[in-house]
Amino acid sequence: MKLEIRGLTKRFGSFTANDGIDLTVEEGEIHCLLGENGAGKSTLMNMLYGLLEPTEGEILVDGEPVSFSSPGDAIDRGIGMVHQHFMLVPVFTVAENVALGREDVRGPGILDRRASARRVRELSEAYRLSVEPDAIVETLPVGVQQRVEILKALTREAKVLILDEPTAVLTPQETDELFAIMRRLKAEGTSIIFITHKLREVRAVADRISVIRRGKVVGTTSPQASEAELAELMVGRKVNLVVEKSEREAGAPVLSARDLVVVDPRGHQVVKGVSLDVRAGEVLCVAGVQGNGQTELVKSLLGLVRAEGGSITLAGEDITHDSPRARLERGIGYVPEDRSSDGFVGDFSIRDNLVLDLFRSEQFSRGPALALRAIADNAEARIEEFDIRTPSASTHVAALSGGNQQKVVVAREMSRPLTVLIAAQPTRGVDVGSIEFIHQRIIAERDQGVAVLIVSTELDEVYALADRIAVMYDGRVVDVVGPDTPREEIGLLMAGGRDSTDGQNDVEDIA
Amino acid sequence: MSTSTAPRTASGDVAIRDRADVLRQVKTVVVLAIAALLVLLFALSVDDPKIYWTLEERARLDTRRTLNAHVVAWSAFGYLVVALVLAALNRIRRGWVAGLVFFGAGLAFYAGFLMWFFADQRELAGIGAISIVNPLPQTVLYATPLVLGALAGTLCERAGVVNIAIEGQFLMGAFFASVASSLAYSAEAGLLGGALAGVAVASLLACFAIKFHINQIVLGVVLIALCLGLTNFLLGQIPTARENPVLASYLNQPVTLDPIRIPVLADIPVLGPALFNQSLLAYLMYASVALVTWLLFQTRWGLRVRAVGEHPKAVDTVGINVARRRWSAVLLGGVFAGLGGAFFTVGSTGAFDQNPSNGQGFIALAAVIMGRWHPIGATAAATFFGFMLATRDQLSVLTKIDSELLSAAPYLATVIAVAGFVGRVRPPAASGEPYLKS
Ligand SMILES: Nc1ncnc2c1ncn2[C@@H]1O[C@H](COP(=O)(O)OP(=O)(O)O)[C@@H](O)[C@H]1O
Ligand SMILES: [Mg+2]
Repeated sequence: MKLEIRGLTKRFGSFTANDGIDLTVEEGEIHCLLGENGAGKSTLMNMLYGLLEPTEGEILVDGEPVSFSSPGDAIDRGIGMVHQHFMLVPVFTVAENVALGREDVRGPGILDRRASARRVRELSEAYRLSVEPDAIVETLPVGVQQRVEILKALTREAKVLILDEPTAVLTPQETDELFAIMRRLKAEGTSIIFITHKLREVRAVADRISVIRRGKVVGTTSPQASEAELAELMVGRKVNLVVEKSEREAGAPVLSARDLVVVDPRGHQVVKGVSLDVRAGEVLCVAGVQGNGQTELVKSLLGLVRAEGGSITLAGEDITHDSPRARLERGIGYVPEDRSSDGFVGDFSIRDNLVLDLFRSEQFSRGPALALRAIADNAEARIEEFDIRTPSASTHVAALSGGNQQKVVVAREMSRPLTVLIAAQPTRGVDVGSIEFIHQRIIAERDQGVAVLIVSTELDEVYALADRIAVMYDGRVVDVVGPDTPREEIGLLMAGGRDSTDGQNDVEDIA
Repeated sequence: MSTSTAPRTASGDVAIRDRADVLRQVKTVVVLAIAALLVLLFALSVDDPKIYWTLEERARLDTRRTLNAHVVAWSAFGYLVVALVLAALNRIRRGWVAGLVFFGAGLAFYAGFLMWFFADQRELAGIGAISIVNPLPQTVLYATPLVLGALAGTLCERAGVVNIAIEGQFLMGAFFASVASSLAYSAEAGLLGGALAGVAVASLLACFAIKFHINQIVLGVVLIALCLGLTNFLLGQIPTARENPVLASYLNQPVTLDPIRIPVLADIPVLGPALFNQSLLAYLMYASVALVTWLLFQTRWGLRVRAVGEHPKAVDTVGINVARRRWSAVLLGGVFAGLGGAFFTVGSTGAFDQNPSNGQGFIALAAVIMGRWHPIGATAAATFFGFMLATRDQLSVLTKIDSELLSAAPYLATVIAVAGFVGRVRPPAASGEPYLKS
């Protein structure tokens, strides 16, 4: 099936997310869409899938114009989509999720569970997806959940399969498996639209590459193009892919965790006895696939969740039972993973957000009153220093782009004297220009002797920043390795390899 | 520093007990200790251990039997002490065994309490003392509207719509059941009228919650106030029997449902008269429980409804209309809630009087939560609350406990049950959240 997009435009109010996009996907090709966060890739795909209505332009399937008013229409025309955030019901079984919307029934709508399970098993074997129909989805690793999503599209006989940033949640090995599956599908004549912002992947699997920038297609090339060329197309200028970083001798351990255990509200242990030392003047990166306990580890270090076991010391003093505020006042800086819910108050101005955890200090208050002049001066200085692109200091933070929002958070955390900086996913959803800037600031903190703990699921970021790399899998630190460790080895660790008892085997058992 | 040395279980977890688990044990121990202590007091305060009892619904002088209160109370105490020791040593494993142990503890407490309550009566001339009778027939009677209301709540929440307004559906159901029954001179017509009124309230709920995305808690409260005011107003418009006997008889003198005794089944001891000597409404209630369970878990409609309550966007992306599923679940819920409302007029006392349901819609709501959003669980919880109401009635014949306090007891039990025994539960993930297409 051939899919053509002509002059497709989508506006949200006055904001143009997609601007006159032209794109052709041939039968049986893997067409890669490359673009920065916020470039408009998901918006384009949502229009193709009937979730959003185009403002202008048309979509042609095999030369025939179509219009989709709901995903049902798109599915009927043979379009399938695996969303960036999975569209699976966590408490349902695999078979139920796959069947949903196309249930096998007997008589007056009575579910035929056996038929649904059989269908999953057959397709799973045909495409070698190794998915167990009766497993509950929420108990499966993300990699398997993604294969369930692919199965969903396959049972609906998708001729064009859209994969929206499918590799964001995968280990390098799982990514390779996904690529193998994509090649098998391609061999059967399925066209695939593969969306990503990771350059390496594009070149590994794509037949053709279209680059989207600020809602426009800025070029279509072949996978022979170099990474630097692609990066320049994507960002619109030459980018520096490495962070300038000098060698530096690490000092004594500043932040230490011993045997930390965290239990989630459902009673499962998510951090299973983690011990870590972050030393002065070094960057320790915690690498790992999302959902292996990193989030909870960071929250327990900050005191946002209580550790059920273990201890935390800061510069030799036990802070296990301190409140989050006490920990911040001892000099821990915190850049949270989900900035819009934990990092700032969207409806507050930049000025106020810049003093969210500082307003009690001498500098910004006089008795019970705020020192508004000092707060305003502070805002001007920080906006200048951190290159926050905003119309004014009184603009609401919610109105800024992701990169500038993150700069507000980083600026605030770095505007008090720190002994430890903890940053989770510091550049998620941030444009390349801001990524460069934030990375430089983090390294600058390290060079001043701050102990830095970074949690990141992006290996590129880990390599750019780390002095040492701790790899987490299934709630544990499986190993701590140097920054020169090869990608494949870290990939194996991220999948639990080298961990004597379970790990890799586990993954295969479930799959 | 890489891997930790802490001891681990087979699944790789660190071998420590988490706080929630310890808390659960502490809670169990405290509750059992209080129960044991109270039963000890009960046992000690019994002077004259002779108590009359019967398994029938009403005591008759010729069939009642006697028992020794000391024996019963001290055995109950013994059971509770054993359970307490086991709990303190953390020897009660979670699961159905624990469930049985706690059910037994509840029974033991109930028995000990009854011994104290019925012992040492001042004998009345002619009949002697008042007997303990079988509480189950009344339990089922009281549970009927609660179960129906809880089914309505379960259906709505499973589809992702919070229904606080069960109470309002009860009121409207009760009123229009009375009117329909009076007009048609048929109790069955009354049931139909009640169900329709329930659906009418449900359609208001659905319209504002699903179409206009109104906050569902606020909406529910407003609907209850509306239904209470409306039924009171309409009641005021109906002339009393003295003012206009003809009109009054057509509008608010309903035919009520008679008990239907099912032969053979009703002769089963203890349970027979409780389950199989009830009105049509109770039999409808049994059927409704089975129907809702079957619909939710065995049919395509149910799968989609549950999916909509958990992850509406996922349902949308496979081409299913989210709003339509929600509407259908809420409207179907309205049928059950309306039938539950009919209980308060044609199912029991007859004519509609001000606020006949008197807060029982909220108890039904509690049953939804205590039953963990499962129709069977909700039924069990509603039956428990029915049992509390029946016990209140049976105890009110003696004045050992202040009657006002006694009538508050079922509600107190609700609070304790919901707060103490619900534990870790997960409501449907999208419950209460309107679905906005992006
Ligand atoms: N429903 C919406 N309303 C307003 N703006 C939106 C909406 N959806 C996306 N956007 C904006 O459109 C831009 C493109 O978003 P998206 O397509 O998700 O980017 P990508 O998938 O390439 O990262 C972003 O700036 C985003 O904020
Ligand atoms: Mg996207």
